[in-house]
Amino acid sequence: MLGIDWYLALSAILFCIGMIGVLIRKNAIVIFMCVELMLNAVNLSLISFSSHYGNIDGQILVFFALAVAAAEAVVGLAIIIAIFRNNLSVDISRVNLLRW
Amino acid sequence: MITYFFIFLAVLAIASGLAMVISKNTVNSALFLVLNMVSLSGLYLLLQAQFMAVIQVLVYAGAIMVLFLFVIMLLNVDDEQSLFNKFRIKYFVAFLFGVGVFTQLIYSIGSFSNTLPVVSEKMAQVGTVEAVGDVLFTKYLLPFELTAILLTAAVVGALIVAQHKIKPAREE
Repeated sequence: MLGIDWYLALSAILFCIGMIGVLIRKNAIVIFMCVELMLNAVNLSLISFSSHYGNIDGQILVFFALAVAAAEAVVGLAIIIAIFRNNLSVDISRVNLLRW
Repeated sequence: MITYFFIFLAVLAIASGLAMVISKNTVNSALFLVLNMVSLSGLYLLLQAQFMAVIQVLVYAGAIMVLFLFVIMLLNVDDEQSLFNKFRIKYFVAFLFGVGVFTQLIYSIGSFSNTLPVVSEKMAQVGTVEAVGDVLFTKYLLPFELTAILLTAAVVGALIVAQHKIKPAREE
């Protein structure tokens, strides 16, 4: 059986891929998908801890993270649609509503 | 055998994650994210968390990604043409940040490397739907019901935000 280190390392790699994606992409929808990737990486590390310690609480935490991610996706996509109606674009470099 | 499965799924997850970030077409990157989530659900099966694997496919790869694809198709987003065409300082800084965070994470994992346990023997009974439901409806009942309120509030808020009539700025 594999040790927990491998799962944690994979989780770290996925988290960093998601983070780089958030930093370099300009399409708002792709940025949201990169946030989902980072959430998934954290879920993987929680489940591997839960499985390796034989404790169910980590999986319950993943369940709640999943529900919060669903709520976040719904509200975020609604905001993206509202911004698209205003600007006719989802390019975040063209959105300057809150720019000082 | 489990090691080979792990290597296969890990390579699949990393490759589809990279492809999601790199691909220009938004629909392609959404489909790569679906592949990533399915491979993560396979990893959950390797960790003997069966319920979470099923939920991952049902909720993430099924529901949330369908929502994303629906929004992509609805908005008819044009592709980013100038992705990685020329060198920008932004890409370099982002890559530097990513490598920095990755090094920190690997360092902190490596310093705990020998103290972490192997897979627990009682995990075969722990990961089932029955065990998850048992804890969810006794110890975590209040957070579970708060989740229901959160989801309802999110749906109502999304309806209000998306239905609100705003005049497009370009018409004025």
